[in-house]
Amino acid sequence: MAWTKNVLRINLTDGSISKEPLNMEWANDYLGQRGLATKYLVEEIDPNCDALGPDNKLIMTTGPLTGTMVSTGGRYSVVTKSPLTGVLACSNSGGFIGNELKNAGWDMIIFEGKSPKPVYLYIENEKAELVPADEIWGKSVWEADEYLHKKYQDPLLRIAAVGRSAEAGCLYSGIINDLHRAAGRSGVGTVMASKNLKAVAIRGTRGVGNIQDSAAFMKATTEAKKVLAENAVTGEGLPALGTQVLMNVINEMGALPTRNMKEVQFEGAGDISGEAMLEPRESDGKPNLTTNAACFGCTIACGRISTIDRTHFTIENKPEYWGNSGGLEFEAAFALGSDCGVNDMDVMTYAQFLCNEDGYDPISFGCTVAAAMELFELGAITTKETDGIEFKFGSAEALAKAAEWVATGEGFGKDLGLGSKRLCEKYGHPDLSMTVKGQEFPAYDPRGIQGMGLAYATSNRGACHLRGYTVASEVLGIPVKTDPLETDGKAELVKAFQDGSAVVDSAGICAFTTFAWSMEDIAPQIDAACEGDWSVDKCMEVGERIWNLERDFNNAAGMTAADDTLPKRLLKDAANVGPAKGRVNDLGKMLPEYYELRGWTADGKLTDETRARFGL
Amino acid sequence: MLKSLQIEPEKCTGCLQCEMACSYEATGLFNPAKSRIKVFTFHEEGRFVPYTCTQCEEAWCMHACPVEAIVVNQATGAKEVLEDICVGCKVCTVACPFGTINYVQDTKVVAKCDLCGGDPECPKACPTDAITYVDADHTGLERMRAHAAQS
Repeated sequence: MAWTKNVLRINLTDGSISKEPLNMEWANDYLGQRGLATKYLVEEIDPNCDALGPDNKLIMTTGPLTGTMVSTGGRYSVVTKSPLTGVLACSNSGGFIGNELKNAGWDMIIFEGKSPKPVYLYIENEKAELVPADEIWGKSVWEADEYLHKKYQDPLLRIAAVGRSAEAGCLYSGIINDLHRAAGRSGVGTVMASKNLKAVAIRGTRGVGNIQDSAAFMKATTEAKKVLAENAVTGEGLPALGTQVLMNVINEMGALPTRNMKEVQFEGAGDISGEAMLEPRESDGKPNLTTNAACFGCTIACGRISTIDRTHFTIENKPEYWGNSGGLEFEAAFALGSDCGVNDMDVMTYAQFLCNEDGYDPISFGCTVAAAMELFELGAITTKETDGIEFKFGSAEALAKAAEWVATGEGFGKDLGLGSKRLCEKYGHPDLSMTVKGQEFPAYDPRGIQGMGLAYATSNRGACHLRGYTVASEVLGIPVKTDPLETDGKAELVKAFQDGSAVVDSAGICAFTTFAWSMEDIAPQIDAACEGDWSVDKCMEVGERIWNLERDFNNAAGMTAADDTLPKRLLKDAANVGPAKGRVNDLGKMLPEYYELRGWTADGKLTDETRARFGL
Repeated sequence: MLKSLQIEPEKCTGCLQCEMACSYEATGLFNPAKSRIKVFTFHEEGRFVPYTCTQCEEAWCMHACPVEAIVVNQATGAKEVLEDICVGCKVCTVACPFGTINYVQDTKVVAKCDLCGGDPECPKACPTDAITYVDADHTGLERMRAHAAQS
């Protein structure tokens, strides 16, 4: 079993709260979390509904392994229709709240409608109530967190909340839990705020059980933890340097997006790398990184706990930022750093703190600032818009101001909160937006890592590294090394990574386990925990079904094959330096083969045969 | 040879595997709320600190108990709660200077670390050796070794 088999349904419009049994037929077909919640959403909403209107729904969901002793078993996801992309949003977060929801006895919470007034949801095991949020509406995530902990006098209360950016309508606001973990991408926080829902506070003390075969489960999870501990990436690289272990590696292979993806290598990469986070600073002799940290149940512990230099201009007069908090991970470090041409680790950490404090996605934010910087240098944006700030690549001051503006939605922050696509359209240069389906790119330039171009173009939530991380194969040789500059075989590789990721995201575990775990490691853990057959083949079939379900919804929401593309810059302008010099992304060579492997028509739609195969 | 739980907070990542292992051994469920070892997060300082009963020789809880429901396990040195005898008066929870014995609403008796009968689960679950189970006379051995190496 492992599922609690309970769904909490909250109608925000009329305030009604109900409990219903989990649809176990669907659980058998979609496993949990990402897959299962997407099934619920697809069945319940009109694909063409306004993402920020009351007809959209928002689901907070755990997987069957969430809250168990499996390594990294603390994950939860938020599934809804995205206001940024207009297609599915599914954002995954660690921290501790996923376990708390499961321990309270719920697999998922479905929010529907829109509350007439700001509210938050308080859950204590079986008890769930909507409470007026007047005291915390208009406050940051960190203020809301502090208020709720004090109000309930419960230090162990776990809280997820939206910040002021979401309230102000920033289209890439996330939902922050446990102060610095985020369901970050695609504007899931914007949807939550649009429903007048400020926070979810959970206390769960019922315990997670229902393990199908406890002895087999403990054996499988113990063995799998050993695999993580003995692997060079999950056992050494990630704990020591976090995901920032990649900064120098990706820069050297000429795939580090730099200055709004105009360039593929950054001269300041060393200054903003994982290694640099360990270097003692001049002012106090302390490094940026204080310690690594784990999310619930995680035996890898890649999290970064950092401080900003107290003498840095951003915080010298702001003691509230002198303490430790969640620091830079690679995706944030590229977006706030190389993509903006900034090599100042302290301003980047400051921007990261603000992203957490007021809940917005550092990837989309950084890339939007990068686009604004390019527009400024072209003269399309002037100091009139930027309150007198010279908004040029490399400006730490511009980055700090931008972060402050987006946090509250004031001034130019309103434009920056639109995201790169709408910003570039507004200022007359749509081609300068480095996005797919309206979502900004993560940290791997697809000219230098060809498979990622296909992964981005076909990702079901717009540009995203977590939907098919072929970097593992093309850069790190996991599970086998493929040539990053080669396109042959990449369609098959992308499909396999996409289907596998769908399983991982639906189980309740973290994507980073897959640096060490293959499906042969993962399936036995699911199989021991859950009723029914969860062999490797069944898992991969479920992953492929999830992918097709998501695609089918996105097609119904108006997405076409024409949207499976990359910005012109990546398809026409060759990389200027590095190993990929002279290369563009050859998406056209990979996409038709991919459609065929997927069992889709030439215009990217599911064939009747594919539909029948997966019962869609 | 008696053994003790040794805790080295600087190695802890805050993953709570120990809390799950403890609760699973004690209750059969993964339930950090029912764990007898707790990991505390000091967010601003960036520190994680596991904490549990140190099995005092002259245990305050044991001496305070009016019904002699807390006894010494001679084999392990653990102070164990006899749940059938405990009346849930909570005097031990007041007496313990460290807060490591607590009342449990579900069972209506108190609970504390009992070293799992001599084979504790928390050190086995800890991925970073922040919790180890070592010779009770030499809990400082590794720290001594580290300093010896510098001398």
